[in-house]
Amino acid sequence: MAEEHKPKLKMAVYWGAACGGCCVSVLDVHETLLTVIQHADLVFWPIALDTKYSDVDAMEDKSIDITLFNGAVRNSENEHMAHVLRAKSKLLIAYGSCAHMGGIPGLANFFSKEEILKRAFDETPSTENPDKVRPQLEYNVPEGTLTLPKFYEDVYTLNQIVDVDYFIPGCPPQTERLVEVFLAIVNGTELPPKGSVIGVAEHAQCEECKRIRSDNRSINRFYRPWEIEDDGVSCFIDQGVICLGPATISGCGVRCVKGNAPCRGCYGPMSDVVDMGAKILSTMATMINSEDENEIIKVIDKIDDPAGLFYRFSLPASKIRRKIQ
Amino acid sequence: MTRYSIDPITRLEGHGKIEIFTNDDGEVENVYFQVPELRGFEKFVEGRPVEEVPQIVTKICGVCPGCHHMASGKAVDAVFGVEPTNTAKMIRELFYMAHFVHSHIAHFYALGAPDFVVGPGAPKAERNVLGVINKVGVEIGTEVLKQRRIAQEIQALIGGHQTHVVMNVPGGVRKGIKEDERLDIVAKSKGFVEFAKFSMKIFNDVVLANKDYVDIIVNGPYSLKIHSMGLVDANNKVNFYDGKVRVVDTTGKELLTYKPNEYLENIAERVEPWSYLKFPYLKKVGWKGFVEGQDSGVYHATPLSRLNASDGMATPVAQEEYERMYSVLGGKPVNNTLAMHWARLVELIYAAEHCLELAENKEITGTDLRNKMYQTPKEGVGIVEAQRGTLTHHYQTDDRGLVTKANLIVGTTNNHAPISMSIKKAAQGIIKKGVKVDDGILNMVEMAFRAYDPCFSCATHSLPGKMPMILNIRKADGDIIQTIKRD
Repeated sequence: MAEEHKPKLKMAVYWGAACGGCCVSVLDVHETLLTVIQHADLVFWPIALDTKYSDVDAMEDKSIDITLFNGAVRNSENEHMAHVLRAKSKLLIAYGSCAHMGGIPGLANFFSKEEILKRAFDETPSTENPDKVRPQLEYNVPEGTLTLPKFYEDVYTLNQIVDVDYFIPGCPPQTERLVEVFLAIVNGTELPPKGSVIGVAEHAQCEECKRIRSDNRSINRFYRPWEIEDDGVSCFIDQGVICLGPATISGCGVRCVKGNAPCRGCYGPMSDVVDMGAKILSTMATMINSEDENEIIKVIDKIDDPAGLFYRFSLPASKIRRKIQ
Repeated sequence: MTRYSIDPITRLEGHGKIEIFTNDDGEVENVYFQVPELRGFEKFVEGRPVEEVPQIVTKICGVCPGCHHMASGKAVDAVFGVEPTNTAKMIRELFYMAHFVHSHIAHFYALGAPDFVVGPGAPKAERNVLGVINKVGVEIGTEVLKQRRIAQEIQALIGGHQTHVVMNVPGGVRKGIKEDERLDIVAKSKGFVEFAKFSMKIFNDVVLANKDYVDIIVNGPYSLKIHSMGLVDANNKVNFYDGKVRVVDTTGKELLTYKPNEYLENIAERVEPWSYLKFPYLKKVGWKGFVEGQDSGVYHATPLSRLNASDGMATPVAQEEYERMYSVLGGKPVNNTLAMHWARLVELIYAAEHCLELAENKEITGTDLRNKMYQTPKEGVGIVEAQRGTLTHHYQTDDRGLVTKANLIVGTTNNHAPISMSIKKAAQGIIKKGVKVDDGILNMVEMAFRAYDPCFSCATHSLPGKMPMILNIRKADGDIIQTIKRD
């Protein structure tokens, strides 16, 4: 019975530059929510609860046991909240691809801030903006001054801004993985070393994929998914379509491939890999039916948008981080 | 001048705030609704293979990813110059009806209903979905969760990913539906139809049977006389997946119709220096400011505007309910913002009925999943109705199909000006000299934008449905003199 007297965990869920999908993945615990609230009080979750920034400011440092921070850091408001929640939390978890590696919003690092603003507010054909108005950080209206957060040049991962204890990857994380991690914490299971990626199985997607792989690959060129007639059974790579499964850690249940779409790597690399895109590139090179380096380069060169494909979810976390301007 | 800052409120991908300014007499001078966020999808899809874009743009919104996937998939079809096969169209539409069922159920019970079932002036701790369940009973509450889950299961089965659907390829879909799956969906859709009708009954019993509520809907500070937009089929019936965009004016007369590839002649967007989100308006009318009336360029794109812009619903029970709504509210068009909740339930019935119709058609198990008569990729526009408004995706590519330009006009964006105006009107009607601004007042202001089901609230669809709000009453120099929290 002693367990029942264990103090409840205090949990927070917050979003930076995010789509809401991570919060939906938390909601998707369905009935398990009843187990969760037996063991934890949610103290801050803007999506569902009324806790305000000022309430969080008033909390003691380290008074939140676990914070799931989803979304990348794209503007000054995201950054401010990352610092606040770091200070208030014992465990700060980067939750989902955007907080983990920058995610899809991280593709913006292929462009400058000015290019993005110009596209949105000057160039798009439906925009009528002859005076070249741009959103202002401070703007005086007759009644007072209105303010907006600062839009940054780059997209950052959470651990590029603050110290992060753990990473739970995925776009969004598979709900079952979150529940496993949560129950492990509740049960006092010893956690892996700080900085680890958790809620994953330490093998590539291919280990769990039901598609049939050939032992003798003979790839002479890569195809875009629409260029082939997917047979629904064979490994995508065997069919000449680039799939990021071989370089992506497991945890999602191979969900996209089950929907007949090749993996795009949202779960991130295996734990010993520093740069996911470089790893995929080298993996794809080994699949090509040639020993001749020039031949291999020729095949690789014909891949459309290799950087956007290989760094689909991980550009801000990569060695290159952004396009040099 | 007193300033009321409502910050933060939760919005579609994060964040939003409202600034209310009152004069020395306590009357509202002006209200600003600000969206402080931008991620730049229109730029960073450039260079990407266009067939990858439907999987990228789902990440605009994790709550309505299916809408972006559909608009994008249709734009990609157009880029390749192909029409999807009939089977593929049916499968897409079936998925889409399940997406609407899930979203509309969630909005009604978690967001809309608390203000009516529990009551606008009820203790704030009860004014949420748990309060709704307390009123209607655990059995019904469980049924709500069950129907939402079933709608998600159908989406996962067809869409391939429980959140960020991956089903569309140029000219079709990646995966077919097997006969046993079809029969399962038929059974589940029958449950949707019954549940949708039951939800309408709750609305009748709780809202329409209560004179006070009807008075708030009809006479409260919640009406906005603006034009109405919606996608319609060849018979001018409401359609979520396909058709032409129709706009009717404030008198109910057709103002214009356009096909997806004509959107640029019809819609323009304005930039204001105090918000990162743009303000669309009817281009042929022009931007006349944040004003109502027949001469205004402002339109809304909501469940109510879709009904206003149509001649009816394409399924029988939804049509009966459509007629009943207009007969009770005095004919078309209806301008009462809170009637959006009612219109949403009419649409829920349509989505459920049409989901069943599609599943009952054995042709949906066909194996012609993709039309591969691809042309050299060039340019395409795709339009669908998202739950929260007409959604437009427009791509241009090079001849390898790599995106060179993209433009998006997103559901809630259409309603940016109307939401701002509705909030202002509600605030003006409610915050007056001598009125003590408390939590109940705050909620009455909040009801003005909640009716739109704006995407900044869609995440609250499945849990206690309150928006986090703090109201700071400041002196003109910015010092806070009073803070009201909703907890």
